[in-house]
Amino acid sequence: MPEKTDLPAALSGTARRRRPPLAWVGNGFLIIVALLAAYILVSNLARSPMVFLQNVLDGLKLGCVYALIALGYTMVYGIVKLINFAHGDVFMVGAFASFYSVSQFNLHQWPQMLFPAIPPGLSIVIGSLTVILLSMVVCTLLAVTIERVAYKPLREAPRIAALITAIGVSFFLEFFGALQFVFSPRFIPYKSPFDQTAWYIQDGIHPIVAGQDIPDNTITFSNIFLIILVAAVVVQLFLQFLVRRTKIGVAMRAASFDKPTARLMGINVDRVISFTFAIGAAFAGLGGVLYAIAYASIWTQLGILPGLKAFVAAVLGGIGSLPGAFVGALIMGQAESLTMAYISTPMRDAVAFTILIIVLLVKPTGIFGEPAGEKA
Amino acid sequence: MELGYLFTTILKMAALVAWIYGLLWGLGRKLIWQKALTIVLAFGIIQAALLIPLGDTEAFSVFDQGLLYQAVSMTMVALGLNLIYGFNGQFSLAQWGFYGIGAYVAADVTYRWANGDASGLFVAGIGVVLAALALVGVGRVLRMRRGIPVLSAFTFYVIAIVIVGIIAVFAGGVLARAVAPGFGAGGSGFLASPAVVQIVFVLAVIIAGAFAAEISFLFGLPVLTLGSDYFGIATLGFAIVVQTLMVNSDTILPFPEMKGGRGMIGIPKLTSWIAAFAFLVVVIVIVRNFIRSSTGRATMSVREDETAAKAMGINVAGSKLMAFVLGSFVAGIGGGVYAHYIGFLSPATFSFIAGFNPLIIVVFGGLGSMTGTIAASFVWIFFLEGFLRVLLAQMGTEAPTWRFVLYPITLLLLMLIRPSGLLGSVEWGFLKPDRILRRITGGGSSAPAAPGAPPAPAAQKGQA
Repeated sequence: MPEKTDLPAALSGTARRRRPPLAWVGNGFLIIVALLAAYILVSNLARSPMVFLQNVLDGLKLGCVYALIALGYTMVYGIVKLINFAHGDVFMVGAFASFYSVSQFNLHQWPQMLFPAIPPGLSIVIGSLTVILLSMVVCTLLAVTIERVAYKPLREAPRIAALITAIGVSFFLEFFGALQFVFSPRFIPYKSPFDQTAWYIQDGIHPIVAGQDIPDNTITFSNIFLIILVAAVVVQLFLQFLVRRTKIGVAMRAASFDKPTARLMGINVDRVISFTFAIGAAFAGLGGVLYAIAYASIWTQLGILPGLKAFVAAVLGGIGSLPGAFVGALIMGQAESLTMAYISTPMRDAVAFTILIIVLLVKPTGIFGEPAGEKA
Repeated sequence: MELGYLFTTILKMAALVAWIYGLLWGLGRKLIWQKALTIVLAFGIIQAALLIPLGDTEAFSVFDQGLLYQAVSMTMVALGLNLIYGFNGQFSLAQWGFYGIGAYVAADVTYRWANGDASGLFVAGIGVVLAALALVGVGRVLRMRRGIPVLSAFTFYVIAIVIVGIIAVFAGGVLARAVAPGFGAGGSGFLASPAVVQIVFVLAVIIAGAFAAEISFLFGLPVLTLGSDYFGIATLGFAIVVQTLMVNSDTILPFPEMKGGRGMIGIPKLTSWIAAFAFLVVVIVIVRNFIRSSTGRATMSVREDETAAKAMGINVAGSKLMAFVLGSFVAGIGGGVYAHYIGFLSPATFSFIAGFNPLIIVVFGGLGSMTGTIAASFVWIFFLEGFLRVLLAQMGTEAPTWRFVLYPITLLLLMLIRPSGLLGSVEWGFLKPDRILRRITGGGSSAPAAPGAPPAPAAQKGQA
């Protein structure tokens, strides 16, 4: 097909020859902003490297939680082209589910209660895993219900109607949860299923003992930080495996590429979409539990901003791409943490949306996104 | 008591809807004296109802009067949103942010004036006028070269606005110091007299609208080029950031009198029925004339099919921006009216969750139907703020949360059943598309092809 190969070449050739006028002004503006940010960061790094490194670690923790949420966004958007606004609230429900299973039903202690002979360390591990699994199951069921009730009837509807529906579902979950007999509208101190221990690094790793002062110029980290880090990486690898190596993964990729054709090839697209929602929600539930353990306070509007930032992360990494979501989330975590530390704490949310706008203007496909031809 | 209250509320809502329809019908008459008479009558009826006692109480209690002002400002916000979302197909959640910006700007101007400081009026006034000139001027210059990337254009506009802002702060400060003696000692001077304060109030509201419009220009220029749902998220982000700035208005922003998250108190309560009514009529006329202009028709064609509109030589980006800016202008005016009725501004009022009110009103009233939007605003405010608040308050402390549980359900059902709006797209009287237009498009006012009233806006298009 000579004409098919000629045409893009000709197009790209003209595009290369005729650059838009005055493009350097906008680029210069961005470069100045970037230089300013770099100056702030470098000067602070030079002033106190340890504090800077501590902020980077905090950003890493935040970024890994965002990565767990962003996976759901990016997979759902990749397949149904819907910004699943309720995803952040599924995350919130995950946190609440674990809160109730821990503080009301003592589910994290079930191995010890059933088998008193079991070593306490193993009991805590099994109990905590049970709590997390339960939250993941709750979130999965919730997400599949939402998909069936609210999104499925609108699959052929315009995208804005679907977006409004998604926002409606999100608000419904938030305010239904805020009712007294559901979750209550207050901030609730979260009871962790396992004890947190922290360490500081100064000539080796030392545990922080209660009542003891931490020396200056050290980096501290806790076990929950390590757990979040490991969880984000494991989930990423698992999803890579799922999408690339398994049958359902192939079906997911086919459905995201071309739904009608996938249907013709004998793929049950509706089931694939439900599965995508389910698996995204499961990892959002995991993220919710870990977030609640790490930040120790939950309320019903917990999910709005992490959800939005995770969405921005997915866009930044290239929506539809799993490694993109991970990398984007790490960048978002750093951006937020460093903004909080060195620019202005209240403007941490503004940075996320600024990044969104800049990414969409400069590189709409994101870092890892394919230059999609079929932009719906 | 509740049944009686229910009955009178429904009666009031029906009367108000009839009043709106009468006003629109009268404005649609041909002769100018008929229009003038309608305006005077429409103003007089409500004014009489506010003043003349009926039995042992007024027909409109003080509470109802407050609802009336709230409904007027909500009408403006919803009309602006309908222009952006209904007529132009851009799903925006930023409307509530512009409403808040308008409220705070107008409140700040009159607050400072009431405290013997003219700098608010002068700085904001000079800034708004110069910024408008600068934006138009830079736009003219940029139009000489085609295909300038939006980021570069944005940079030029931002530089122009920053320069203008510095000039305005400097010149406004000098002027304010010059007229400071005019306030006299203890508010006895000429500038503190009620007539002057009323003029300042009107100016403040207009400045607030213009300020919101200019902010929306700067924000909309890059953001309107994003896709439809990205635009929705970005505008949501705008609403969140605006609220964050309001909460920190005394720390991040240099406005100690706004008192940050504690809320701004001591705003002079200047909104009277005549001012609110005048602003309402002016806003309705502006929006209606915009929609019937050629720019307005271009705006609607962008909603129907962007590619086809572009093929017809319509400046798609320009008409999107036009609708967005005008919608924000109207929202800013609504905010100014609201601020001077309530006398107290809290950032919580402008949280993006409350921004769902105008969205539901627009969806209820029908996307692309001005009549429906105006009627739905009044009914919505009187029903929810008035009737439901009184009744639900007796149900317990949970009631406000229940309202926000019911909002999304309503919205979900509407989206599932009638995505084009509940009351359809029938226009009435003054707002009816004129005969020539109807003949061109070959339909009656309620026919699908009528320009002011196409069904299912945005519903036909995947992306709008």
